[in-house]
Amino acid sequence: MDYSLNTSQNFIKRTKKSNRRKLWLGLLFTSPVLLGYTIFVLIPLIVTTVLSFTNFSIGAKNTNFIGFENYINMFNGQDVYFWPSVKATLLYVFGSVPANIVFSFLIAVLLNANIKGRAIFRGIFYLPVVIPLASGCSIWLWMFQPDFGIVNQLLKAVGLPGGTWLSSDTTVILSFIIVSMWICGNTIVIFLAGLQEIPSHLYEAIDVDGGNAFHKLLYITIPMASPIIFFNTVMGVINAFQAFVQTAVLTPGYSQMMMGQPNNSGLLYVPYIYTKAFRFSQMGAASASAIILLIAIAIFTVIFFKMQNSLVYYEGDAKKK
Amino acid sequence: MNSTIISQKKENQTSFFIKEKSKQYALKAASYFVLILTSLAVLVPFLWMLSASIKLDNDVFEFPVRWIPENPRWENYKEIWEILPFSIFYKNTAILAVTITVLSLITSSLAAYAFSKIKFPGRNAIFICYIGTIAVPFQVYMIPQFIMMRKLNLTDTLLSLILLQSFSAFGVFLFRQFFISIPEELSESARMDGLSEFGIYLRIILPLAKPAIATLTIFQFVFVWNNFLEPLVYLTSTDKKTLQLGIRMFMTQYTADYALIMAATVVSLIPVVILFFSMQRFFIEGIATTGIKG
Repeated sequence: MDYSLNTSQNFIKRTKKSNRRKLWLGLLFTSPVLLGYTIFVLIPLIVTTVLSFTNFSIGAKNTNFIGFENYINMFNGQDVYFWPSVKATLLYVFGSVPANIVFSFLIAVLLNANIKGRAIFRGIFYLPVVIPLASGCSIWLWMFQPDFGIVNQLLKAVGLPGGTWLSSDTTVILSFIIVSMWICGNTIVIFLAGLQEIPSHLYEAIDVDGGNAFHKLLYITIPMASPIIFFNTVMGVINAFQAFVQTAVLTPGYSQMMMGQPNNSGLLYVPYIYTKAFRFSQMGAASASAIILLIAIAIFTVIFFKMQNSLVYYEGDAKKK
Repeated sequence: MNSTIISQKKENQTSFFIKEKSKQYALKAASYFVLILTSLAVLVPFLWMLSASIKLDNDVFEFPVRWIPENPRWENYKEIWEILPFSIFYKNTAILAVTITVLSLITSSLAAYAFSKIKFPGRNAIFICYIGTIAVPFQVYMIPQFIMMRKLNLTDTLLSLILLQSFSAFGVFLFRQFFISIPEELSESARMDGLSEFGIYLRIILPLAKPAIATLTIFQFVFVWNNFLEPLVYLTSTDKKTLQLGIRMFMTQYTADYALIMAATVVSLIPVVILFFSMQRFFIEGIATTGIKG
């Protein structure tokens, strides 16, 4: 009796000791990333929240708490760039994400069929991703020139009228969307990796039932790929909200302080924050704009995850039922 | 009579198969058509860039486009190194890309090892909080971060970007997903043999994680090489600038000379293109096996 008591106490002691050792080891291994995260992300994030309630500006003598004034100025239009940038960003997000998802999915489905030279096609579609976006955009800047740009030349060659692209406020966002479709190689590769894991017996079942390629796409490929479509859509929305280079390079607005001309039509939200903070030096007001971005992305992510249950088919769930 | 029915049936069947076959051929032809057309469209900007980079500036916007210039002007590739301190931009970018990629590989894989193989208390809570940072855009906290770096006198140094970017939440996620798929017995038996945790990480787990290493190497190297916003915020003096900022300097200072800007762009692409094509195979495997597809 004595003996067993002794061992169980020993056992508790031992596991306690081993737990402490594990905690120490775990913290040791994770300390580089956790330290970096705390110092460079978590603390600045808290400071942003505090700054958004002040009139802080680099170089100004004193900083005061001004309550919600920064937020009110944005929504009541005193900050004339806020609503134009919201409009441009929403147009861009809801234009580019569906366009990219449909286009990438189509290409991935085609590449997933028994295609010769798949690696070459995959490489070509991925190439724009490894190209610096700033360089890529500078090429597009010249390609979009209405008079001598290659885009209009090609359109005219096949008998179509040329577009105004970056020179008119109605087509700026459309131009941004075309550039975003050019760089969707990552999305294609992730789709392709997922499509390759759909079991072939499901397609054989459609063959037996006498269905065609369209049926396969509609009843097998799309439902089975819905988790990946969901993943790519969420990542696409988060990335689209954060787009910066398009505005900075395609609509630089050298003569004006503000990028995204004409008429602020190309002023996406992040360039708007950047200009406010680093060109107008209104750090407090820019922090408030940044917090709005964080809230917007959080809301969209929550909505997407709520919708997920009704739209996404998970094989694991079906098995449980 | 019986035999005629059978033969008729056979005929019907073969004609059905032929019909199906020709349908499949038509579908395949259509697939190739779409793929070739779209990949050509994707390539147009490159071809135009390559051709413009060996033209005289006046000929860049020639109408109609002459894809292969009559007198290729290779001197463009020499001139870019003389007009702007292009070699300094190249060196800065290479230092950043190599250092940050190597450091990220080390920090991410170490953390991921702890998050997947050491059962320490509070592990999952810490992991979820950390991964949540993927969704927080850099732009939200860039202002206080910049102020902090200024207080530390680190703005306008390469070190500032190295400190900021050597912790990749995406990298930790990627490695953890990969490590989880490595059977527990492997690390357990090594532990029995008296190998330390660091020894297991270094000698057992890492050698098995080549696809994850390749994937993060490509993602991180390409990200740093192409990064624009952070260098724009942090690096201000010319001798600290990166290639991306340098090309933008070309654009604002020499807006007239499109040929030179194109040559500069081509030169800036070479390392990433080589890296991608040499690691492509592992990279695709890495995406397929780590389950980042959700």
